[in-house]
Amino acid sequence: MDASLAFFSVLKRDLQIAGRRRAELANPMVFYAIVVSLFPLALGAEPALLARIAPGVIWVGALLSALLSMEGGFRSDYDDGSLEQLLLSPHPLPMLVAAKTWAHWLISGLPMLLATPVLAILMGLPFASTLLLLVSLLLGTPVLSLMGTVGAAFTVGLRRGGVVLSLILLPLYVPVLIFGAGVVSYGVDGLPVTPLLYLMAAILVLSTVLAPFAAAAALRVSVG
Amino acid sequence: MFGIFYRWSSPAYFYHQSARWIPWLWLLTAVLIISGLVGGLVLAPMDAQQKDVYRIIYVHVPSAWLSMLIYSFMAGAAAVGLIWRIKLAEVMARVSAPLGASFTALALVTGSLWGVRTWGTWWVWDGRLTSELALLFLYLGFIALQSAIEDRRRAARAGAVLALVGVVNIPIIHYSVVWWNTLHQPATVTKLGAPSIAVSMLIPLLLMSLGFMSYFAAAVLMRARCEILERERNRHWVLDLVKVHDNK
Repeated sequence: MDASLAFFSVLKRDLQIAGRRRAELANPMVFYAIVVSLFPLALGAEPALLARIAPGVIWVGALLSALLSMEGGFRSDYDDGSLEQLLLSPHPLPMLVAAKTWAHWLISGLPMLLATPVLAILMGLPFASTLLLLVSLLLGTPVLSLMGTVGAAFTVGLRRGGVVLSLILLPLYVPVLIFGAGVVSYGVDGLPVTPLLYLMAAILVLSTVLAPFAAAAALRVSVG
Repeated sequence: MFGIFYRWSSPAYFYHQSARWIPWLWLLTAVLIISGLVGGLVLAPMDAQQKDVYRIIYVHVPSAWLSMLIYSFMAGAAAVGLIWRIKLAEVMARVSAPLGASFTALALVTGSLWGVRTWGTWWVWDGRLTSELALLFLYLGFIALQSAIEDRRRAARAGAVLALVGVVNIPIIHYSVVWWNTLHQPATVTKLGAPSIAVSMLIPLLLMSLGFMSYFAAAVLMRARCEILERERNRHWVLDLVKVHDNK
């Protein structure tokens, strides 16, 4: 069995497990929607204000939701021993970890992307900005999953890994947040957004290549 | 060459040798910091615009330098520990993190005090300030991970991987926040050739920086000795050490 087949079988397995727990499948999306809708309640419902802060608020919501869903990332696999089997398998571990990462993105990132237009309407964001926001989230949420896998790999064996996970991950999320929310505000101000999108794409490419290796190394430390 | 390397990587040898260095390092620290303080607070001229307020530079800039230098040191030691499994390097990485975090915090606090007198505000979301803050969070994440894992060897390896992840990310974080928003004055000393600072102000600054570095060296050696004793508490040479101490 070659490595790409191993990649797809791990991906399929994770998606299948997620599909069997439909109720949990909606959790990241619901959390995302709740976080975003807290902001108008706290800051007042003035449309101009909401439209201005919407990109940042939506990005923070996506970031927190990714963080929350990441915490359980390897947990169930660790508990039932299948993570150990992955480590023992003859296939390159970074490949298998990458499969788990992309499964995580398909399970949590993609639904968030789908929910975003609705939230953008709730926040009174204009159509053009919503489009930009979607592009920035499309480039940015995979990075959240990729980096998140690294963090989850560090904290998988820990009893109270949640706080440590967020301490590790939040500083690493700073660039994505700045560029992601920046894309929309640049668009609103009529500044060119392509440089920022290129930067986000560069970060995505870089983390696609490097994050699985870091996560695999971290898994070998915390499980092996 | 490798013989020296090999001997120094032994915790027991390090423990005994470093004891001889520490007093000298403290002496060097005292000399450098006192002369730097005298030079900076008394001898250096007053700044034309900022008056005496600028003198906080003699603490602020060295701590900011150290905050970055220590991260490099920590990541380098972590990498050595990860690759060659040298215990001493693992110890060095672990014990330098709190020192690095302290210098980062000191740079932030002194910068804030300086800012309130010159910019009229305690804090601005400026690029360099924010990246220093992000550095502090990276240190805290490293410390949190190290202390969350009970097994020390495992903690060291996890921390090492995290430190290296941080090394890849630091430039990205730095430039992202610098492009995001910048008010802080650009680096004035490290410009090669002609630094845009008067020599009489520069010399105390360099003295203070060297003093801070020597302080770091002394403190990291002391912390490493303590950490080594804790790690090796069941080994013969530590038990012998305790016996000798008891007999006195």
